[in-house]
Order: sequence, then C-alpha cells, then structure tokens
Amino acid sequence: MSTKTISITLKIWRQASSKEKGHFETYHAKHISTDMSFLEMLDVVNEQLTLDGKEPIAFDSDCREGICGQCGAVINGRPHGPEKATTLCQLHMRHFKDGDTLAIEPFRARAFKVLKDLVIDRSPLDKIIQAGGYISVNTGGAPDANAIPIPKDVAEKAMDAAACIGCGACVAACPNASAMLFTSAKISHLALLPQGRPEAAKRAIAMVRQMDALGFGNCTNERECEAECPKEISIVNIARMNREFFKASFASAVK
Amino acid sequence: MLDAKIPGGPLAEKWDRHRFELKLVNPANKRKFEVIVVGTGLGGGAAAASLAELGYNVKSFCIQDSPRRAHSIAAQGGINAAKNYQNDGDSIWRLFYDTIKGGDFRAREANVYRLAQISVNIIDQCVAQGVPFAREYGGQLANRSFGGAQVSRTFYARGQTGQQLLLGCYSAMSRQIATGKIKMFPRREMLDLVLVNGQARGIVTRNLVTGELETHAADAVVLATGGYGNVFFLSTNAMSSNVSATYRAYKKGAFFANPCFTQIHPTCIPVHGDYQSKLTLMSESLRNDGRVWVPKKPGDKRNPNDIPESERDYYLENKYPSFGNLVPRDVASRNAKEQCDMGKGVGETGLAVYLDFRDAIKRDGKDVIAQKYGNLFQMYEKITAQNPYETPMMIYPAVHYTMGGLWVDYNLMSTIPGLFVLGEANFSDHGANRLGASALMQGLADGYFIIPYTIGGYLASTPLGKVGADDPAFREARADAKARIDRLLGIRGRRTVDDFHKQLGRIMWDYCGMARNDEGLAKARIMIQQLRAEFWENVQIPGRNDDLNQSLERAGRVADFLEFSELMIVDALARRESCGGHFNEAFQTEENEAKRDDENFCHVAAWEYAGVDNEPIFHKEPLVFENVHLTQRSYK
Repeated sequence: MSTKTISITLKIWRQASSKEKGHFETYHAKHISTDMSFLEMLDVVNEQLTLDGKEPIAFDSDCREGICGQCGAVINGRPHGPEKATTLCQLHMRHFKDGDTLAIEPFRARAFKVLKDLVIDRSPLDKIIQAGGYISVNTGGAPDANAIPIPKDVAEKAMDAAACIGCGACVAACPNASAMLFTSAKISHLALLPQGRPEAAKRAIAMVRQMDALGFGNCTNERECEAECPKEISIVNIARMNREFFKASFASAVK
Repeated sequence: MLDAKIPGGPLAEKWDRHRFELKLVNPANKRKFEVIVVGTGLGGGAAAASLAELGYNVKSFCIQDSPRRAHSIAAQGGINAAKNYQNDGDSIWRLFYDTIKGGDFRAREANVYRLAQISVNIIDQCVAQGVPFAREYGGQLANRSFGGAQVSRTFYARGQTGQQLLLGCYSAMSRQIATGKIKMFPRREMLDLVLVNGQARGIVTRNLVTGELETHAADAVVLATGGYGNVFFLSTNAMSSNVSATYRAYKKGAFFANPCFTQIHPTCIPVHGDYQSKLTLMSESLRNDGRVWVPKKPGDKRNPNDIPESERDYYLENKYPSFGNLVPRDVASRNAKEQCDMGKGVGETGLAVYLDFRDAIKRDGKDVIAQKYGNLFQMYEKITAQNPYETPMMIYPAVHYTMGGLWVDYNLMSTIPGLFVLGEANFSDHGANRLGASALMQGLADGYFIIPYTIGGYLASTPLGKVGADDPAFREARADAKARIDRLLGIRGRRTVDDFHKQLGRIMWDYCGMARNDEGLAKARIMIQQLRAEFWENVQIPGRNDDLNQSLERAGRVADFLEFSELMIVDALARRESCGGHFNEAFQTEENEAKRDDENFCHVAAWEYAGVDNEPIFHKEPLVFENVHLTQRSYK
C-alpha cells in the first residue's frame, strides 16, 4: 500500500426527515488517506462536524465488508460509486484524485422513502420476498441433504443469483426505478433448484405482482442495474423471471 | 452452585431422553403464547421462523433495516456437520471430541454432544430451504477442511456461507411474516429487559427512526443478539454489533459467563491507520491452501518474492507437523504474535505475517484457486490494492468472536426464568476457543432444533400470569431508559463517542487481548474506570432523541462497553490459568502453550451483577468430564 493524502470537496444531500425537503450542503474533507474506505472518509467528516457541535451526516452501514447490503449512496450519479462490483463500504479513496468534487445523495426511487440524509427505507424489497421468495418447508423432516443430486453447474447458477445482497442499487440505477433485477435474482435462485420447483409458478406470479403493486417501475432493457450491481447479478435472471412468469400465467393452473 | 439441568443417562441418549421428558404445549394452545425474539442472525432468525411455524405468536426485533442483514451474514468459510460424506473417518463423536478439545476442555460435554448430533439435521434443513451449497460434479455436496480438524466436514457456499444460511432463515421468516405469525420490528434497539414476578416478560425498545420508546410484553424472551467483540473497537464485527442487550439483561439478574474468553482470529487484514473503522477477516479456509511464513532474519524488508525458500520460516508447519497451517485459531494467532514480537513481522508496521498461495497455484493452477477463493482474493485486493495471486497476502490476528456470553442451562435458559439466550450471545458450546465453521452450526442448532423444544417445556410447566405492556414494571423500565437517554444528551462535552470507544479499544487490545498478565489487567481496570467517569462528563452527542440519531445510538452502546469491559478484566484476573483464547503469561508450558489448571479451574465462571461500582459476585459451574479424557492440547 502506498499511502498518500488527498483533499476533496463533498456536496452531500441533507434532509432532516421524510417530511422535510432536502438540499445539498458543501463540506471540505482534507488530508484524507487514500487507504481509507469511502465510509471511513465520511466518519472523519462526521467526527469534525460533531466536534463543531453540528449534526453529523446520517448514513447506513453495518458489516463494512460488502456483504450485508445495508450501505449505499449515489456518488456523482453512480450507485455505490465509480468502481465496478464494489459496495460503497468497499470503495477506497485511492480511486479519487486530489481536488475532486463529489456529489453524494441517497438511492432515489418512488418506492424508497428518504428517512434522513442518506438513509432510506428499503422495506418494499422485504415485502417482495414476503410475497413468495421462499420454499415452503417447515423446520424438521427434511430428507438427507444428498438425497437429491444437483448438477454442479446448476448449483453454481443458483449461487450466482443468490449472491444478491438486497442493497437496492439496481433500483437506484434504473431510470424506471424497477426492482426487476432484485426480484428476478430470488425467483431464479429458487427456480433453478429442484427444491424450488414445486412453487415456482406461484412464486413468480406473486412476487411480480407484489413488485408492481409497490410502485416499482418496469424493465426497458437499459441494463443500468447490471452495470451497477455490486455483486454483478446478471440480467439473464430477468429473462428467466419473465419466462417463469409467462409460463405460470399461460400454462399453469396457478393464478 | 449453578444447576445446568443436564439430563441423566449416557451422553448419546441425553437429548432424546430430554425431549421426551420436556412437557409439550398442545398445538391449539401454542397460539395463546407470545414470544419475543431479539436479533435476526442465524440463532434469532431460525428461532423466530421455527417458533412461528409451530404456532407461537412471535415478535421479532432487529437493529438493521431488514432481518436479512444481521452479522451472521459476514461468515465466509463454512458450516461443520458430522455427515461423513467424505468417508474420511468423521462421526458425531469425532465432531464432539474436536469441539471439546478445540475449546480447551472448558465447555459442557452434554451441550457439545447435542450440537454434534444436530449438525447433520442442519445441512438437510438448509438444502431443503434452497441454500446453494457447493457441489461436486456428481451433484453431491462438496466439503473442505477447517482448523482444528483432520477430516473434511465443512459445507460451504463459495466464500459466502453465512450469507446463504442467513438468507435461508430470512426466507423462512419472510414466509411467517406474510402469514402474520411473526410481527417484524426492524430498526429497533433493545434498551431493557422487563421482569415481572422474577420472570422475563418483555422488553423496552427504541425506534431508531423516530426515537420513540416502545414496550412489548410476552410470555418469554429470546435474546440472540450476538457477541461483544466491538468492546475492542476494532474487530471483524459489524458496526452495530454490541453488548447492550445481553449486558442490560445481566444488570437485571442474568449471570454472565466467561466474559474473558474472546477469540482473536489469525487471518485478518492488518491494521493500517487510526481512522480505521473495522477489520476484515480473510476466511480460515484460506489456510487449506495458503502457507503461513515470515522471513527467518528479523527485520528482513525484501520483497517477499525475492526471499528464497531457505530464508523463509514456515513456523506453523515446522512447529506443528501434524496440523500444520490448520492449527486452531488461538494457537495460530499466538504464534503470529510471537513471530512479530521477535521482530520477524512484515509490512510497514511489522505487525503482519505472510499467507502465501504460490505453491498452491503452482500445484493446482490459478483457476482452481480462483474458484475456491476468488471472492476473498478480490476483497483483499480491494482493501489493500495488492494482488494475492502474485504477492503473498499479509495477515494479522484480530478480534473476531466471543465465546463468553450469558450463562444458560441445557435448555438455553439464563438464570432469569423465561429468558433464553441463543448463538454467540450465550456462552455455551465453544469453551475457551471456538473452532472454525462452528459458529454457524451453533446458531442454527440453537434456533432451529433446540429452542423449539425447550421453550415449549418452559411454557407448558410454568405458571404465567397475564401481563400487559401497561404493567408498572414496563412503565418503570421505560422511564429508566428515558432518563438514561436524557442524561447522555445533557452532557454536551468535548469528545466524540468514537473517540472514547477507540481509547477503550486500545486499552482492551493492549491489556486484555492475545496475551494478558496480572499487572496489565489491574492497570487496565483503573484506566477503564477513569475513562468511564470522563465519558459521563465529557461526551458530545449532537441532536435530539426524537429523531434518527446515530451518535446517540452509539453512545448508549459505548456506555455499556465501558462497564462491561471491566467485567472482562475481573474474569480474566480471576482465572488463574491459561486456556484457549485466555492466555495469562504467568501460566504457560515450556513451549509457550496455554497451561490449564484442571484441578482448580475446570469450571464456568458466571458473574452476577452487584452495582456498577461493586465487585460482581462469582458463581461456579463445575465442568464434569465423564466421556473424554482431559489432555494437554497437542497439535504437533
């Protein structure tokens, strides 16, 4: 690691609550080590604001290792910032230059309410899962784990889809604020596995309907979601979801 | 003397027998009971889903914005189970024995045996839920090896095993949320436990968005709130991981067991600056193929690739030929520290050792290594800007897991009737050191397969009066919580919460970390008392209560750490031996290994709260070993 420091200008979205209007405020972050993560840089800014008796910037984060999905903000128009396949907490300051100006704002979508500053309400994503993103199996009584062989490539594909961290960057990236990448990742993960097949039709219909009902937009093949997804979830999953949905709508007894 | 309520009979039959002896709640009556579950990690998530499936009304609480994010999600490497799919000599007995030995003979035989028995059901359950474990070409489940074991019994989903298992729990919970059997309360922090007639009957929570203090009543309370590693400030824990829920239960009368048993994980990315907010683990599974070494010559600053084979010290392989790089975590960590103390550490700070994949890449090819560890290598490169395929990784030990926790009996019930504690939050199964891939196993065992039985036994056999959230005990607990918040907000001092937290962390790391001694511990205790006093006079918390206020959230947690840390010191001073993660320099073998004192310290130390400035009261649960022979752990 070659450590150096940079100074940058931050234009950060401040909004006291979901009921109030927000605005950008300018901050100067000086002597920022390039080994810092982006959120550590915000920590440093917040420490100074606190010492100055001002309210620090509210932002969500938890694991800070790119897996929990709790962090996220839009940096200069890009959810989770400029690095490919990287959550905001794993973005490091070495990717920015001395003198850069960064606009930092929350993930925006009709279905996501801003709670404060960069903190948003992503619970609509939970509601989509509640509509059918599961296999209806109670605890106990499962057959031996090796009873049903699953081809390696099928398990790998299911895992590719299951890697979604539910951060909502796909929604924020989409001009239609669509949650199709998120929804299709769960539908694909379960539809690919033999254990998920019995409910595949019912699941596809219920989850897609819930997604629409919550105010998420439609897919118009912009592919912004795939480009910004920190886990590189592929839009092939959207195609698979559509196939499952149409098959269920036209050819299955489930309505 | 504490009664762990271990059932009689032969070890292998205890759990069966106990399940038969436990009273059952009639299916039609289950819907009359309300259960609170705090935390939605593997323990809490599995418990909430399983209890709701049985028909109980569950209220589930989590600190994050969704029950899909608890810190179990960050577990990378895998989950153990005694399936013996590899035909390599594994068995329930061997998993039991490895876990007891790995824990340096400071865990309860009956609990650990039950854990090993249940391990096989967990894998079945998870596969049925759709957890995409790694597979072989024939479609069968794949396994890998982990530290402290000579068999391959670890199931995994790339480097994201915790995530996939947690999403399994989350999906099971989501199904129950949809049916209304689970009421979900996200962005809530538990501020207090409420007792009525000596029984746990509810909690006080703070709504983290509105600041509202809420009270919730129930027939039983389950805490699955994780460990306390963040007492060290820097750890591999998530930002919101804290001791507050369990510590406040301790202040209400639940005993805290073995708080000094903390696990320092050997393979983490080294510390690089004082602005750092957390440490990142590199999965132990890397030690399957990576070789740990330092230069033989102290102070050798050459590029690692320029250091010839003959000038490298593969100290784990040399010292422990039979386990090599796969010695348990406590042993690997202490050896890394020892090498660095001798001046052989590498990197800018000298506080790192190499974990080298050169030979594995030469043997298996880059593709095979990338398939096994690709995401970990990528994470390493993101953080350090170094490519581990070309340059050896640099690693150093970091706080990772806490074996100590609230004391529970065989039913996972604390000393407060009706308060159950699961997963890392309890002390039960890992003794003085946890083996890799065993935390996921324990969380899910507790949540899916133990609590559904034992909570039924409690509810069926305990007279429970009707209690509502308007009971005076709830009003009182809410008023106490409010007063504490007001006091915190009224200080308006000159130091930030994080500033105090960092200072506490440094004290704990220096004096109550990988190696401890009486003098240092005594000194640390005074430093903590002074720091705590200063905190209550000089902390600066901007903003108000009736708002989303992250400084206030953190302040409440740090205030608890400032008390709890002292309990860790008291426990460390009282244990006049070294074992597992607790290494007191005064008690070591000639080869610098931990030296136990089985005659005097083969017990669980459980502490009872007696007021902030008073000595906690010591209670002992003797550990009786009827089935394994206590030996000096040897991994040579």
